[in-house]
Amino acid sequence: MSDRLSVLKTYKLYVGGKFPRSESGRVYEVTDSKGKWLANAPQSSRKDARDAVVAARKAFGGWAGATAYNRGQVLYRVAEMLEGRRAQFVHEVADAEGLSKSKAAEQVAATIDRWVWYAGWTDKIAQVVGGGNPVAGPYFNLSSPEPTGVVAVLAPQESSFLGLVSVLAPVIATGNTAVVIASERSPLPALSLGEVLATSDVPGGVVNVLSGRTAEIATPLASHQDVNAIDLAGADEVLAKELEIAAADNLKRVLRPQPVDDWAATPGIDRLTAFLETKTVWHPTGSLGASGSAY
Amino acid sequence: MPTTASAAHPLTDVTASDSSLRRFLHGLPGVDAVGLEARAASLGTRSIKTTAKAFAIDLAISMVDLTTLEGADTPGKVRALGAKAVRPDPTDRTAPATAAVCVYPDMVAVAKEAVAGSGVKVASVATAFPAGRAALDVKLADVRDAVAAGADEVDMVIDRGAFLAGKYLKVYDEIVAVREACGTAARLKVIFETGELSTYDNIRRASWLGMLAGADFIKTSTGKVAVNATPANTLLMLEAVRDYRAQTGVQVGVKPAGGIRTTKDAIKFLVLVNETVGEDWLDNHWFRFGASSLLNDLLMQRQKLATGRYSGPDYVTVD
Repeated sequence: MSDRLSVLKTYKLYVGGKFPRSESGRVYEVTDSKGKWLANAPQSSRKDARDAVVAARKAFGGWAGATAYNRGQVLYRVAEMLEGRRAQFVHEVADAEGLSKSKAAEQVAATIDRWVWYAGWTDKIAQVVGGGNPVAGPYFNLSSPEPTGVVAVLAPQESSFLGLVSVLAPVIATGNTAVVIASERSPLPALSLGEVLATSDVPGGVVNVLSGRTAEIATPLASHQDVNAIDLAGADEVLAKELEIAAADNLKRVLRPQPVDDWAATPGIDRLTAFLETKTVWHPTGSLGASGSAY
Repeated sequence: MPTTASAAHPLTDVTASDSSLRRFLHGLPGVDAVGLEARAASLGTRSIKTTAKAFAIDLAISMVDLTTLEGADTPGKVRALGAKAVRPDPTDRTAPATAAVCVYPDMVAVAKEAVAGSGVKVASVATAFPAGRAALDVKLADVRDAVAAGADEVDMVIDRGAFLAGKYLKVYDEIVAVREACGTAARLKVIFETGELSTYDNIRRASWLGMLAGADFIKTSTGKVAVNATPANTLLMLEAVRDYRAQTGVQVGVKPAGGIRTTKDAIKFLVLVNETVGEDWLDNHWFRFGASSLLNDLLMQRQKLATGRYSGPDYVTVD
């Protein structure tokens, strides 16, 4: 067995439930934290970004229309699938971030727990941020959270897996669809996550993973008229400013980058509510009886 | 103005009888299917960018026959379509108008009113579209209705059953009769429904048959069957009109219809036109796209070229 040829993995993008190469045909070298070559990753172009937005838009109706309970089950299924491929992710995270095996294992465990945590939130967020409003009139007045639409997500540059899931999971938990730009330096865990999503029950197009130069891919996404929101977690200060200006054109919802010391800490629901719109409906309680009450 | 095949042209005698017509059509050279598809595919790989792309998009918009052929068409929908044909992009007045709107005969009057004074033509399908399964009298009445209501163009379907059964003269006579019913008021487009003709040889025969009978346009499909316009069958028809003009001096237009949804596809067809029949056909008098959703994609691409940002379906109409 010693003279067996090694089988190298071709990492590919994940767009619309499929695994295409970059439309441009480009790849770039991904190295570990010490500069040793790990693999070639596709270097996406703006056309890949455009295709990903088309896929995300196509998937939006079905995903946003699914019941919250169903979305929770689907996301939990992702956690189950991740659990089965733990060893692979431990390996990739250790290489990407220069961690020891045990540290990397902790990160992966925290990441899987993060999926489960957000999976639980899908059918509870409406009770927390929505509900009946007391109004002075014979009406029911109800507010309910609705997903924003297609969200471009710039994954954090440093935390290649836990950071990625911490920004991605809340976006799709609430019914948005996402175009994710993986960490530029260490995209491999994100590309492998695409394989996990493809084999769980997440419909194709709900999550689209692109790798490449963050600035190159993010610029057309920020100005894209069919993208409804953008999460700038992976942008540096200069890029974030540029993208925010580009995003203003169609009034995209923008989540500015916030410093995160410890991705493993309990995240709270800020990222869940960042890409929700509040829909408020008025509903008459029915005609008033002689007593002045409908009841 | 419509140009009917002149009585003096050298092909007059082939339509004298069923057998001479059959001999002529079956005497046409067979189609090299592999070569045809390879040629169409290789022409589809041309890269058309920047100013050439902008030109192609505007040309394609001006060639669109904006079509609605649904059982659920309402006067309101046809009026909306007419408004869109006249001014496809209300946010950009430099966008050209489309060539025509294409509707069922009973909607011609509504469409005519909607595009009045704009230069946009009204095309009407007729002859028991899309199946073409009706008696000749019924088909002719259908055509006369459309023309009387003001149709500038009539899109007829051939009797595929008769064609496939080898009754070429019957098909020919029918087209000639419809041609007469159109008179000088309307140009005639003849739809072969290439998806039902089974072979490329049949498409070539049908093309010649249609042109001999006096079609102003030959059109691939109704858009109602599984296989519609493809680059290969359109290339074949373009070759037929090229050869027909070379032999008779009569120019005939081509209209691929159905299944062309993206700007990229449309530009491929324009490349086919330019490379096969040349610039004489690069005009909406001689080449059309039968399409509905294509226009939105053309407009989104046009907006992208104008602004540098990708556009989205929120910025074009829902038809």
